[in-house]
Amino acid sequence: MTAIEIGHIGTSGAQYQYRTCKFTGRRVERSAELLIRANAVAAVVFLAVGGLFGLLVALTRWPAVQLLPADWFYLVLTGHGANVLLFWIIFFEIALLYFASAVILGSRIATPKFAWLGFLLMIVGAVMANYAVLKGDSTVMFTSYPPMLAEHWFYLSLILFAVGALIGVIVFFATLVVAKAENTYNGSVPLVTFGAITAAIIAVFTLASGAIILVPTWLWSLGLISGIDTLMYKIVWWGMGHSSQQINVAAHISIWYAIAAMTVGAKPLSEKVSRFAFLMYILFLQLASAHHLLAEPGLSSAWKIVNTSYMMYLAVMASMIHGLTVPGAVEAAQRRNGYTRGWFEWLTKAPWGNPAFSGMFMSLVMFGFIGGITGVILGTEQLNVLMHNTIYVPGHFHGTVVAGTTLAFMAMTYIVVPLIFQRDIILPGLAKWQPYIFGLGAGGISLFMMGAGTLGVPRRHWDIAMTDAANAYEFSPAAYLMMGLNGISAIFAATGGLLFVLLIVGSVLFGRRLDVPGAKLNFPLHDDSKVVSQYGSEATFKLPGTVTLVTIFFLTFILYYFVNWKYLSEIWQFN
Amino acid sequence: MAINAPTNRLWWKEPIHSIELGWIIIAFLWGLFMFFFMIAWHFIGDQNLSTETYRITTDQFQEKVEAFADEYAVKDANGEAVEINGTPLVAPPVGGDVYILGRLWEWWPAIELKKGQSYRFHISSVDWQHGFSLQPVNINLSVHPGLEHVLTLTPTKAGEYGIVCNEFCGIGHHTMSGVIRVVE
Ligand code: HEM
Ligand SMILES: [Cu+2]
Ligand SMILES: [Cu+2]
Repeated sequence: MTAIEIGHIGTSGAQYQYRTCKFTGRRVERSAELLIRANAVAAVVFLAVGGLFGLLVALTRWPAVQLLPADWFYLVLTGHGANVLLFWIIFFEIALLYFASAVILGSRIATPKFAWLGFLLMIVGAVMANYAVLKGDSTVMFTSYPPMLAEHWFYLSLILFAVGALIGVIVFFATLVVAKAENTYNGSVPLVTFGAITAAIIAVFTLASGAIILVPTWLWSLGLISGIDTLMYKIVWWGMGHSSQQINVAAHISIWYAIAAMTVGAKPLSEKVSRFAFLMYILFLQLASAHHLLAEPGLSSAWKIVNTSYMMYLAVMASMIHGLTVPGAVEAAQRRNGYTRGWFEWLTKAPWGNPAFSGMFMSLVMFGFIGGITGVILGTEQLNVLMHNTIYVPGHFHGTVVAGTTLAFMAMTYIVVPLIFQRDIILPGLAKWQPYIFGLGAGGISLFMMGAGTLGVPRRHWDIAMTDAANAYEFSPAAYLMMGLNGISAIFAATGGLLFVLLIVGSVLFGRRLDVPGAKLNFPLHDDSKVVSQYGSEATFKLPGTVTLVTIFFLTFILYYFVNWKYLSEIWQFN
Repeated sequence: MAINAPTNRLWWKEPIHSIELGWIIIAFLWGLFMFFFMIAWHFIGDQNLSTETYRITTDQFQEKVEAFADEYAVKDANGEAVEINGTPLVAPPVGGDVYILGRLWEWWPAIELKKGQSYRFHISSVDWQHGFSLQPVNINLSVHPGLEHVLTLTPTKAGEYGIVCNEFCGIGHHTMSGVIRVVE
């Protein structure tokens, strides 16, 4: 139906259906397209469910509202973590892997049947997990620390989901092999594909750790194993939990580059530096899981320091590099596009009305300033004790995984829908505002939860007034204020999230068809024919705007780092 | 473009932008600094988490805590044990051992300390994992059943302190509380 050009690749003898995308000139194969659609739709559905749970959680933690009763609060919180962190993010990532392999390389997807099997397993796992959680006997949080025990269905559902995701990752690698063998591209793979490869390699490690810990836990829940060592569980669990966050980072940074390329024509300042930074994630990430274990008994300081600093700071360095090269590439491209006045005309004249661009840029800024800096503070051996398991921690990771990853994925969706669903975005006047509303809310919940955390408010806690406690501790009025502001921000975030879901579902179902001659996009892509130079920095050696931005970032980082040491030095002594 | 193969097939021979190089060096040096600062704090700082930990059964730990609570229980003028909202108050000797047990859903017993004195705290759980969160000081530790964590704590200000639980431990998690009183 949508095939403009029916292709026939000789080597395997099979027939594959291709069309040529009229906006990017790329060959898009039919099964790749369908798989991307299916995974993207599933992602958005689970975002809708998980986002609603998030709103309910935040409204319950707003002391003046306290919406849900305690048992429902803990149940919904378990569901929130699983639906957004696992299902929304990972379905989207599988779609992204197929996009970065098949679509970007102009290849067919390898073994589509196998890919559909993976998709099916993921769906079964995700639905089953929701069933187990909503039934009420698996309220263990998505971390499920033993000896607290969930129903065995819960663990099995996560294992099925992980196996399905692993199949997706294998299909991605197989597609790379097919693309190479069938010569669908010249030279090295594009940077975005390279970033996706790093994400996929980390995913293999992640899913292996997941299997190592979840399979015995499942057997334990069936009564086949007598017990699980609580400390060992945490070490291996975070081998999965932390590195899965690294998949997200590699994925959303690939998206930053992709959106910068497609909306303003940005090219990496130098391929070498950006690729090297991606490689560092693979080399130095895994052991950083230690920064989740800094407040545990029984692990040596040397182990903690090595695994949080050597490993982590090189990964932090990699993120800081991307934090310069992405805005740097945008600045270079915009200057080439003619916005050369002053230090910041490139930024002020950027396509802020295009939700793909605005979402990408806000994701970049908030991931760095909110998620990134606070992550380093939390990952510092001694400073961790100040906020371990307080609500500062969810504050931090809503900066990384909501304001960073989720916002970037939303931004990318505004490009995926026209290119892959071939439907234009509906209500562009409203779509333009969506990233701002969601970004404001996401930034707000991150900051206010962090604020409450520095005042000692615990995470995963139904009632900070501790009404039924024998020796209730009285939190300061400022802590209550923070939790209230968090509730208000949550309403913004949920509104932005709901708007996103409606716009995307609406566009997919009712958007103007783009597979007709002469169709134009509401949010046009950058016209590639205007890109002339060899590499991003050639024509513009000066990037004063980017230098200013990273200088502000660095000063903020240093200041906040030492403020925390000062705070630490003033509390009770312990050693 | 980042979504196209590098136009220059020999992309690894392209020069690195001077701004990129400068930033890489700064990021690297800053990482190195933070690495050494963590180590340095072990020598110059007064807040370093002890790693002294022993494996112990939950029954053994419970016995130790009960023996400790009996021995140093605070008595009033009539020889009656003093309780704070039903939790016995225990005043260990200066420099001595302090045992605190986390269970569903309380920190037990209540402790009275002297300001500026050091105590050896032994913390563990007898059921699930709990989060020892001392407020408003904001010292936060993970507590495991079967692991006895020993650390030296020196309160620097007098007053009434609360212990909250910040590791989810079931439906009563938000009622889990404890008390530490610091006197002059
Ligand atoms: C409408 C948007 C959202 C709101 C209002 C929201 C709000 C919250 C709140 C208030 C908490 C509870 C903190 C606590 O009590 O410990 C929480 C936990 C969490 N959120 Fe969100 N969130 C949102 C979206 C997301 C998204 C998109 C993700 C992931 C991509 C996410 C991941 C998590 C995770 C992993 C937890 C921790 C659950 C746990 O402690 O087990 N959230 N969220
Ligand atoms: Cu507890
Ligand atoms: Cu608890």
